[in-house]
Amino acid sequence: MLLQGLAFYLLAATAVIGALLVVTARNPVHSVLWLILAFFSSAGLFVLLGAEFLAMLLVVVYVGAVAVLFLFVVMMLDVDFVRLREGFARYLPLAIIIAGVLLAEMIMISLVVVSGGAAADATGPVAATSEMSNVEAIGRVLYTDYVYFFQAAGIVLLIAMIGAIVLTLRHKPHVKRQDVVRQVGRDAKTAMEVKSVPTGAGVTPEDLV
Amino acid sequence: MPDLITALHLSAPEATLAVGGLVLLMVGAFAGEKSSRLVSTLAVGLLVAATAITVTGPLGQAFNGAYVADPLAVYAKAVIFLSSAVAIVLGDGWMTRTRIARFEFPILIVLASAGMGMMASSGDLISLYVGIELHSLALYVLAAFHRDDLKASEAGLKYFVLGALSSGLLLYGASLIYGFAGSMRFEDIAAYAATNPSTGLIFGLVFLICGLAFKISAAPFHMWTPDVYEGAPTPVVALFATAPKVAAMVLIARTLDGAFAGLHDQWAQVLILISLISFVVGAFGGLAQKDFQRLLAYSSIANIGYALLGIAAGTTLGVQAMLLFMTLYVIDQFGFFAILLSLSRNGRPIRKISDLAGLRKERPVTTLALTVLSLSVLGMPPLSGFWGKWAVFGAAADAGYWMVGAAGLVASVVAGFYYLRIIKLMWFDPAPEQAPTDKAPIEAKTIAWASAAFAFPLVIIGLTWLEPLAARAATGFGAG
Repeated sequence: MLLQGLAFYLLAATAVIGALLVVTARNPVHSVLWLILAFFSSAGLFVLLGAEFLAMLLVVVYVGAVAVLFLFVVMMLDVDFVRLREGFARYLPLAIIIAGVLLAEMIMISLVVVSGGAAADATGPVAATSEMSNVEAIGRVLYTDYVYFFQAAGIVLLIAMIGAIVLTLRHKPHVKRQDVVRQVGRDAKTAMEVKSVPTGAGVTPEDLV
Repeated sequence: MPDLITALHLSAPEATLAVGGLVLLMVGAFAGEKSSRLVSTLAVGLLVAATAITVTGPLGQAFNGAYVADPLAVYAKAVIFLSSAVAIVLGDGWMTRTRIARFEFPILIVLASAGMGMMASSGDLISLYVGIELHSLALYVLAAFHRDDLKASEAGLKYFVLGALSSGLLLYGASLIYGFAGSMRFEDIAAYAATNPSTGLIFGLVFLICGLAFKISAAPFHMWTPDVYEGAPTPVVALFATAPKVAAMVLIARTLDGAFAGLHDQWAQVLILISLISFVVGAFGGLAQKDFQRLLAYSSIANIGYALLGIAAGTTLGVQAMLLFMTLYVIDQFGFFAILLSLSRNGRPIRKISDLAGLRKERPVTTLALTVLSLSVLGMPPLSGFWGKWAVFGAAADAGYWMVGAAGLVASVVAGFYYLRIIKLMWFDPAPEQAPTDKAPIEAKTIAWASAAFAFPLVIIGLTWLEPLAARAATGFGAG
């Protein structure tokens, strides 16, 4: 019980501090890193609640998504890596502290789980029981009791996809695309066209299309 | 399994829109970019069909109480779906004229309507939130639909960022409510709130109200409204001003007068404060506006204040008054935006209020329509706007909030200035030397005239069947 309490306060405090630093950090890359810490600690809280599946999802989906986002940021913001490395030694102690916190969190959670404290105390709707793992428990309600929300959330994602296409997709008229039917249907007569260019007038790209 | 079939039967309007939206997406994808007229027509048909299904469908609860089909939901959905259909009609003509026709436009509106339907019949905090996200996400995209237009992109971005912030507030409030009440369902929350009005619950409720106030652009959460109204394409703004507002107002009525009926003393203060600030911001903010759509934004802020007053009354009469007010308001708004869409010179839309000077000589019928609509929103008896305000102030006075009602009247008089200025400009000011106005597109003209004709004199007949419907929809909400 004491162990569980300690683990909870460590995780909760780290999550809150991480979240605070997300909004106070000036550098967006640092914000993203603090966000990972906050997510990781929240995942630990889920484990304490006996919801291991949700914890794994949080780490895989969110931290994974953040990593992809990070790649985009690095790609688009033109981050200067030489300058980033300059701060390596300066930030090393902080990095070691955070790594230590993450390690402590993991050890705590493992201890709590090993001592059987996590799932036994949880009474939430997704708690694992002796005959059902919590993945199965979620699976049983997701398509039955919560099918309405599940489908509606699916449509939300569909709208996000349509929106991304509407706002960004542009059909450029002068781009040549491969069209197999046209390629096969070509013959000697249509393959070549002789254009007479007036002397000294030159040609523009549009004339060639 | 029979459970699911009953549930699907009850939620048929949203299911029709969602599945229909997917089918239309396929139609659009295979028929190509030129299919926007076809998809728009089908989408309007789909929305009308959904309205018919709503009106004739069974009443009851589905999905463990997460979906409620009651007279309030039926009334709201009929208004929402028909408003969306009108917005598609307006939008289709506009897209063809500006040459940005894309088939996704009507589809996004159809899917947004499904979300608004979800909001109108939500009986659960999750369906409340998912419904809000479903419609707002589509609206963010619609605001930026004219993507080559800088102002439209700005409007989309502003709306998105502030909308995300409001969702955060709303979710925080919802999580507190869930934490204290121990349930997501409105029925359970109502049972809990009636016995334990704990501070935590009220704290959560205030956040929930703030999040919802963003969606209806009530002051002090109105910051996005003028910019979005100015920047977003006119038919999209016509949609913003109508269907989502009705959906969010009904959702507020359902949450406060349904789930939190026992805490009326607490939330009434919040709503009264929001109403009063909205009156002031709407009335005084509009005075300095030069852009017509910005002016309409401030007008909408003030009007939302009046509608909230109906809910703040906390009585069945109040909810009924709010429904009536919103219905009449929606019809007036469509008139305004249809007129804006029908006025242009050399293909450039008339946006500045000063450009309306001397319109009487060129477009007498449109001038008359705009005059009628302005007087109606101003609240001049016996035009439609008057009856809405009459109902709301009556309900507020009935519940003992006559002081707030009086403040609303004062705000109405101040706001009268900007409506009367439009009328003066059109009728009495000389027209400057300028290009003649273009021929008005037929759909915008028809909608403008129809809505002006409804504002007066059809409203007298309309009220005789709108009022009993609103009364039926409001039964069961609020005290007595």
